[in-house]
Amino acid sequence: MDEIFGIPAPLLFGQLLLGLINGAFYALLSLGLAVIFGMLNVINFTHGAQFMMGAFVAWMLLNWAGLGYWWALLLAPVLVGLTGVLIERTMISRLYKLDHLYGLLLTFGVGLVIEGVFRNEFGSSGMPYRIPAELQGSWDLGFMFMPIYRGWVVVVAIVMCLATWLVIEKTKIGSYLRAATENPALVQAFGINVPRMMTLTYGAGVALAAFAGVLAAPIYSVNPQMGANLIIIVFAVVVIGGMGSILGSVVTGFALGVIEGLTKVFWPEASSTVIFVVMAIVLLTRPAGLFGRA
Amino acid sequence: MADQLAELPLAATDGTAPLLRVKGLEAWYGESHVLHGVDIEIREGEVVTLLGRNGAGKTSTLRAIMGLVGRRSGSVHYAGRELIGARPDEIARAGIAYCPEERGIFASLTVYENLMLPPEVRPGGLPVDEIYKMFPNLKERTRSPGTKLSGGEQQMLAIGRILRTGAKLLLLDEPSEGLAPVIVQQIGRTIRELKQRGFTVLLVEQNFRFAQTVADRHYVMEHGRVVDAVRNEEMAGAMERLHEYLGV
Repeated sequence: MDEIFGIPAPLLFGQLLLGLINGAFYALLSLGLAVIFGMLNVINFTHGAQFMMGAFVAWMLLNWAGLGYWWALLLAPVLVGLTGVLIERTMISRLYKLDHLYGLLLTFGVGLVIEGVFRNEFGSSGMPYRIPAELQGSWDLGFMFMPIYRGWVVVVAIVMCLATWLVIEKTKIGSYLRAATENPALVQAFGINVPRMMTLTYGAGVALAAFAGVLAAPIYSVNPQMGANLIIIVFAVVVIGGMGSILGSVVTGFALGVIEGLTKVFWPEASSTVIFVVMAIVLLTRPAGLFGRA
Repeated sequence: MADQLAELPLAATDGTAPLLRVKGLEAWYGESHVLHGVDIEIREGEVVTLLGRNGAGKTSTLRAIMGLVGRRSGSVHYAGRELIGARPDEIARAGIAYCPEERGIFASLTVYENLMLPPEVRPGGLPVDEIYKMFPNLKERTRSPGTKLSGGEQQMLAIGRILRTGAKLLLLDEPSEGLAPVIVQQIGRTIRELKQRGFTVLLVEQNFRFAQTVADRHYVMEHGRVVDAVRNEEMAGAMERLHEYLGV
């Protein structure tokens, strides 16, 4: 149990865990993107900034209002989700009748503005956010030490993905969402307020990004760039999984996190490019993505 | 044209207000002007068809009543309310239900989810059991994806799901299209049963032999207007005229 394929076991498992953690964030973020894209047909380039806002709201709640991690986990998604509702109502909703490209440009621009504002206010060096007392320390798994907080992130991300999937596949609201993804006009002609549904869906997708941001705050430092760094990879994940596919984004998110982690062990130089290589291969062989409907 | 329309045997001559009164309805898809002033009246409990060739504006009329066109003007008066400025969901909530020509069965929903999708807009819709009684095939397939049904079953599902909602006026767009004669007969029986249950139906049809078996009155459309109206009992005498309009 000391070495596997000539690699020290603790190193291998350490990278595997790191891969799972990154995968958890890829999955949560691409899940939100998939939900938004399915319903609104908008590729939400503000997603990274909204992830970052989640982390910052957690930091503000702690330092300005004295509300800790657990409150942040609850409040930050709600607050950032509300800003999403505002953005959808005032800006994105005006672009539905135009080409995809306009929604993409708008959300990209809004993301840059938000990141700029935070950089102006807080600088770019980053601020620490402590792991909550309940989740400090680590477990001795025998072959490696597992920081409790990291295990918690992976478990919570899986639970969140599962919950989102359940809501979409098994509930009444979810059936409205799936139907409106296929044929919004007809769903509206049945008496469902589709424009309002779109607003709430965008808000929910943004809330999911903010939730991931709170989870990330104790792991990465809270800084205005934290979303921008991650979001490029997340878009690659979305393309690989298939635009708009819920299951695809979750499975691909975790899988690519692990692939990236393992590449760090076996061929460290390739670890930052492996996801894009996978993307190129998938695009060449299955242009609609692994789980996408062509 | 105005003289001709004045002589049309519109239903609401007995003093009661019609359930639906469409007046001067015009509609556009983008730049193309598809309806040029449609006038229709339907009393509660009537089954009325829109006949006409392809492209005469029958489907556009139903879609314009539902608010599903780019732009519309004129008047759509339903159950005492003017709906010309309303959104499609508000029109549905007023009590009008729409079954599109392409049926609109959702592939990502099961048969049961498709059936339960339209929300109840007012009390008095048919219970699900009654709908299963009308369309026993649906009951056996509740868990299949909606689009795995046969064409006839999909049509039954498309009609069945709007009976639950409590809407009183049903807009049906060519329910007989592309179906085997046996299924067309079943759809015909269903429409007659719906009439007995007090539903009001506006039906788009190409097939006027079928229309004759279910309807009280017929409007004929040409170039985005209603150009003629015939009571069902006068159909025999009007055949020559109808053949000319419909080119059959």
